[in-house]
Amino acid sequence: MAIELQPLEQFTIERLVPLHIGRLDVSFTNSALLMTIAVVLITALMVLGTRKAALVPGRWQSVTEMAYEFVANMVDTNAGHGARDFFPFIFTLFMFILFSNLLGLIPYSFTITSHIIVTFALAAVVFIGVTIVGIVRHGFHFLRLFVPEGVPVALLVLLVPIELLSYCIRPFTLSIRLFANMLAGHTMLAIFGGFAASVGLFAIFPLGINVLLVGLELLVAVLQAYVFAILTCLYLRDALHLH
Amino acid sequence: MVRAVPAAAAGTRSVLLPKMSEGGPPDPLARLGERLDKARSRRNGAPVAGPDNAAMQQGVGIGLRIGIEFVVAVVVATGLGWVLDRWLGTRPWGTIVLFFLGVGTGMLSVYRAVTGIKMAVGSRPLAKAGAKGQPAKDDWDDDEA
Repeated sequence: MAIELQPLEQFTIERLVPLHIGRLDVSFTNSALLMTIAVVLITALMVLGTRKAALVPGRWQSVTEMAYEFVANMVDTNAGHGARDFFPFIFTLFMFILFSNLLGLIPYSFTITSHIIVTFALAAVVFIGVTIVGIVRHGFHFLRLFVPEGVPVALLVLLVPIELLSYCIRPFTLSIRLFANMLAGHTMLAIFGGFAASVGLFAIFPLGINVLLVGLELLVAVLQAYVFAILTCLYLRDALHLH
Repeated sequence: MVRAVPAAAAGTRSVLLPKMSEGGPPDPLARLGERLDKARSRRNGAPVAGPDNAAMQQGVGIGLRIGIEFVVAVVVATGLGWVLDRWLGTRPWGTIVLFFLGVGTGMLSVYRAVTGIKMAVGSRPLAKAGAKGQPAKDDWDDDEA
């Protein structure tokens, strides 16, 4: 009995509705489908949760309010004053990543955030957006971000490139962190699932591990959405308040 | 290596449950009022799970970042150096210089993540930060006041 173990198969992009514009492939894929589902679910949660705005919230309203307050607190504490303007963006970002991660945990679904191109696109939007905010708010002064205060001029030759580099790798760390966590977790789940399928009666052990792993993955899914959002807040604080 | 399992995530909050055999007034509403008062006084004394929560969030956030911070800095910088070399034909100097810059950047990022200066590029010098009292800490205490 040979069962092929292909733990990476789950990340295949499939064209559900092939579409082409010129030579550009704009097919509706399983990735696009899951994104659509995530957006629809978030919208539904927000609309249904706020439809009957009661003083004593019901279940759905509670969920909505908790999500709202959680992100609002995060923005207030981490992004500093005047960051409330950016709350809608960070809330959207957080909810989208959270729902993408959680939807990916449903068996036979697809994890959007396990693709580096998706997470990198999100991180690039944050990076470019934050840079624009910084330049708009501070103009030429924004470059002072790269010059540490109170450092001898001789050291600046070394420190300015380091600061510049450390600014430029932000989209990479931001995207690779999310992508790698999701990829590793789901691959691990699939590997243990494969073990369970191939060892017959002893399948109880890998299955048991998988049960634990799903719990861990739930934690990772929420945490990674949180980390992505909180780092966006911190970057925003840098741009809004140059030390 | 990329995944750091946060140990602090589990069981940091203790929940105080009212005892069933509590000898309170028979009226359930009065008892509820009593319990509410107790809960409120507890809350005024020390915010329930407030600082705990913030500390935990901070710890978990930092823990998850550190692992990848260093590696990505080195890899991205070295890759950038390699690309520059190909473009400018200065092989191997760009790769070498940017590799060391990447190591420096990675160490700086990890150091900042650990000391709580967060990811701030061009963060204030340590002496100044020390004189003001830890800036990062202050930010976290804001919402609990």
